[in-house]
Amino acid sequence: MYPSLTRFPGELFADFDGLQRQVEQLLGLRGAPSSIRAGTRGAFPALNVGTTEAAIEIYAFAPGLDPAKIAVDVDNGVLTLSGERPAEVPAADAKLSVYAQERFAGTFKRVLSLPEDADSAGVAATYRDGVLRISIPRRAPARPKRIAVQ
Amino acid sequence: MNMNTQDLKRDPRAATASATPLVPPVDIFEDSEGIVLRADMPGVAKENLSIDVDGETLTVAGTVTLGEASGLQPVYSEIRVADYRRSFVLGRDLDAGRIEATLRDGVLTLRVPKTEQARPRRIEVKAG
Repeated sequence: MYPSLTRFPGELFADFDGLQRQVEQLLGLRGAPSSIRAGTRGAFPALNVGTTEAAIEIYAFAPGLDPAKIAVDVDNGVLTLSGERPAEVPAADAKLSVYAQERFAGTFKRVLSLPEDADSAGVAATYRDGVLRISIPRRAPARPKRIAVQ
Repeated sequence: MNMNTQDLKRDPRAATASATPLVPPVDIFEDSEGIVLRADMPGVAKENLSIDVDGETLTVAGTVTLGEASGLQPVYSEIRVADYRRSFVLGRDLDAGRIEATLRDGVLTLRVPKTEQARPRRIEVKAG
């Protein structure tokens, strides 16, 4: 069927790539505006960001970490989340077989730019059920002011 | 390729809200005692987790609760589905009745022991 076993017909991998692109387009994942620092899909930890009137809330889906070893830094309106997740699968040997190793292991770093009204002095972070919640208060908006004419 | 314009206009979040649950990434390994399975299910509390064995099929499922502040407006979401689900077929050498499960910091660990007959053993050769 193929001229050689070691030579795939040239279009095979290009077809997979095109299929993935079409699926992403149908799901609305491609082409939607995203942050310039968002990185590739599937980056660890996954982030969800939302705002309330009082604060900016960031949820980082980072299961199985020691909260003391997660570094959250805010510098010049840029929030950096970094740390390391050790591999938990023992090395395969004669008595141990590994069938799946899909969970993330290694060092990670995610960077987010914060809106201008973020007050980096009051950042609070809590870790529960493997989700790190970072809450950054927003500065009170400048109140409209009337200047009395004298 | 023909695309339905209505599909394209649909909010992606709405499109997946009731759709396919997330497939949690897993690590699976086996030693002489049995199989260890770890699954990442961040945001799932113990009371929102279910582990079911039906025949030889093991299904783990969970629902994410984030305890969001009221009036939260989503700005950017990488996790758009609030459910996890994944199934595995156990072999007959595994003892589904004695599965041990622990959930800690969003990581589910299951230990599935082998049945007594399936454990490796050495057969003594008797002289005679």
